[in-house]
Amino acid sequence: MEADWIWGFVGGLAIGSAAALYLLGNGRIMGVSGILGGLIDRTAQSQMRERLLFVAGLVGMPALILVFSDTVADTNVSPNTLLLLGAGLLVGLGTRIGNGCTSGHGVCGISRLSLRGIVATCTFIAAGALTVLVLRIVGGL
Amino acid sequence: MRGLIALLSGALFGTGLFLSGMTDTTKVQGFLDFFGNWDATLAFVMGGAILPMAVAWRVAATGSPFSGGSFPKPPSRVIDRNLILGAVMFGTGWGLVGLCPGPALASLSFGGLEGMIFLCAMGVGMWIAPAAKRYLDSRPSTA
Repeated sequence: MEADWIWGFVGGLAIGSAAALYLLGNGRIMGVSGILGGLIDRTAQSQMRERLLFVAGLVGMPALILVFSDTVADTNVSPNTLLLLGAGLLVGLGTRIGNGCTSGHGVCGISRLSLRGIVATCTFIAAGALTVLVLRIVGGL
Repeated sequence: MRGLIALLSGALFGTGLFLSGMTDTTKVQGFLDFFGNWDATLAFVMGGAILPMAVAWRVAATGSPFSGGSFPKPPSRVIDRNLILGAVMFGTGWGLVGLCPGPALASLSFGGLEGMIFLCAMGVGMWIAPAAKRYLDSRPSTA
């Protein structure tokens, strides 16, 4: 348990450094839903290539770590297809309608004390907490 | 240059998500479980991530990006219906499965068929979002 938060903090520093590199290097906010959403709805235009490369790094690096180390990883994702479909749709729609997810509103927004980022983060954490509470009550978790 | 920076940034982000345990949905749902067996790890991840970014925003205030162009303009302060509605929808989906867009992509190589189903549904959601936004904007806001 103790090691969990230490690794969490170390991983967090890497996440923040990645966002800092993206901002100071390319002048862009590292928000995954924005980067991916712009690729999907074709609003990325001239940034198509750099966005694809960002996604390639994000998908590829954990794969490389797994190939070249003894680590095992599990997402422990629910096997319920209907739940996966509904949750995926909500996450895709919600992050694009609300203009951001945990990385954009959370990491990048809060660190510049953006009012929208702070309000959005508090809102999605509250909605997530309420959902987990309901799942607990109905026995889905 | 921009492409290389994006690739490195994505790789570092993926490493951070992997190391922090945020690709494990039980840790994310554990953080959201405030009334049960609360897992604080995500709070440490957030704190660790905000630190370098807070410094980066200060540096950004003094110049221009390394590869040219300009930094994002100051954030809007408008709290509108879409921000709240979107965050509620996102938070609900996040709580249901424990995945948000970053970890959903980072775990693609080991998340199995379930992870891919989630990712596909998320992609469809992002694809139909512009139409949903147009519909919302056509309706008068009561909020």
